[in-house]
Amino acid sequence: MTEEIIISGFGGQGVLSMGQILCYSGVVEEKDVSWMPSYGPEMRGGTANCIAIISDQKISSPILTKFDTVIALNQPSIDKFESAVKPGGLLIYESSTALNPPTRTDIEIVPIEAANEATKLENPKVMNMIILGAFLKKKPILKFDNVLAGLGKVLPERYHHLIPLNEKALRRGMELVEEVTA
Amino acid sequence: MKKELKLMKGNEAMAEAAIRAGADAYFGYPITPQSEVLEYLTNFAYQKTGMVILQAESEIAAINMIYGAAGAGKKVMTSSSSPGISLMQEGISYIACAELPCLLVNVVRGGPGLGTIQPSQGDYYQSVKGGGHGDYKMIVLAPSTVQEMVDYVKLGFDLAFKWRNPVMMLTDGALGQMMEKVELFEQLPRETVNGIEKWATIGKTKDRERNVITSLHIQPDKMEEINLHLQAKYKKIEEEEIRFEEFAMEDAEYMITAFGLVARICQKAAMLAREKGFKVGVFRPQTLFPFPYKQIDSYTKQIKGILDVEMNAGQMVEDIRLAVNGKVPVEFHGRMGGVVPSPEEILEKIEEKFVGVPA
Repeated sequence: MTEEIIISGFGGQGVLSMGQILCYSGVVEEKDVSWMPSYGPEMRGGTANCIAIISDQKISSPILTKFDTVIALNQPSIDKFESAVKPGGLLIYESSTALNPPTRTDIEIVPIEAANEATKLENPKVMNMIILGAFLKKKPILKFDNVLAGLGKVLPERYHHLIPLNEKALRRGMELVEEVTA
Repeated sequence: MKKELKLMKGNEAMAEAAIRAGADAYFGYPITPQSEVLEYLTNFAYQKTGMVILQAESEIAAINMIYGAAGAGKKVMTSSSSPGISLMQEGISYIACAELPCLLVNVVRGGPGLGTIQPSQGDYYQSVKGGGHGDYKMIVLAPSTVQEMVDYVKLGFDLAFKWRNPVMMLTDGALGQMMEKVELFEQLPRETVNGIEKWATIGKTKDRERNVITSLHIQPDKMEEINLHLQAKYKKIEEEEIRFEEFAMEDAEYMITAFGLVARICQKAAMLAREKGFKVGVFRPQTLFPFPYKQIDSYTKQIKGILDVEMNAGQMVEDIRLAVNGKVPVEFHGRMGGVVPSPEEILEKIEEKFVGVPA
């Protein structure tokens, strides 16, 4: 199993944390992992992205241009990375704010109204976790318990009281996939 | 014993490795993309081992602190990124002449000038061919994974003391910023390295002459003698310390040469090429000085051509050409200024340069 993912959105949406949670979970399962952030001026408010690779084999290039999964949290990310999904791959995007949905027909496209759902959970910040839950439902590459362990590693201890809320958001994302693909 | 696996950023992993290697001191000045090194050490080093961490007033001050502490036989380290390393060159030349052990790390960013903060390999010449004045060499290690950034800290200190020579770890901004799974080695004690009393300024005892550390030898005869001694040492290093990694070279008809992170991108490109039926392998020098000239030359009987890939305008490619001495064609592909080549782009270059071209 090798899963090559790019997660992209605005700085502050939790793009980098999503990738880190996946990679921490991968380490728990003793898989090979790689997390490559886009760093630099764009981190300060503009678009941010990270490439996360999780594999049973040794990972070669940590920098890629084609992905098994693209996770797009905003319109610029949809525009930029729709073409980067491998044929037959997966594109998950935040659909409550997207004006121009993706149009490719040779990939699976999963719209998730994560921003709206996060508001319902009374914390817009867990939007990223809803999307991450949706991804894990579509691609169960990691055990849910290990993802929670990863979450505990990425969240600083002073925020550990928020783990139950994040778990709820992950589970909500999983449910949403069933609703949109049913 | 259970392996200690962690997910760490290259810069932080390197800093943790310095603590665990039993380093005595780190002197440095922050610069992107390696500021996490000083930050991490400040948070954890002194508390754990009593290691001295000092933010110097400039890179020039930092390298001279290294010179002083290395002269006292201490295990010392600094790190910086390209423009900061440029500022250190005078001090590095002095340290090389005075034959002092130290570990230097360059987390290379795009240049020339103040450049960008994105990854680059534009400092190959500076590290390998001298950068400071005079005929000196550093041992240059080029990691391609976060794990190697950890391992080469330990190796770097060992080589520095073995040869009484500065060791440079030449890495880049992407390796510094990315996170990978690492296995950390156990904490080593901070202890005095055996044999330093022969050269270090640690206080004269009655049974020996005083040790003098200097790079100034006014008499040309004496200075030439020192140069000859250094050259003899470098020759021995070339005989004993060459390290390299081969990927899919057994049956390769074409060879990609690359160092550091780029070599991994080339491995992916080689796999893509093999899916298309082109037998491509990758040769990665892990030591840039000493350079594996002979090992590269030994492939000239097997391969039809070499594509050298670097994040610069073509620096290591000169050593590849020296190694093969015209026996096979050597092509080059480079990206500059902080742009990283993609596996697909490298595959395209292989096809463009070699496939369909009669050997």
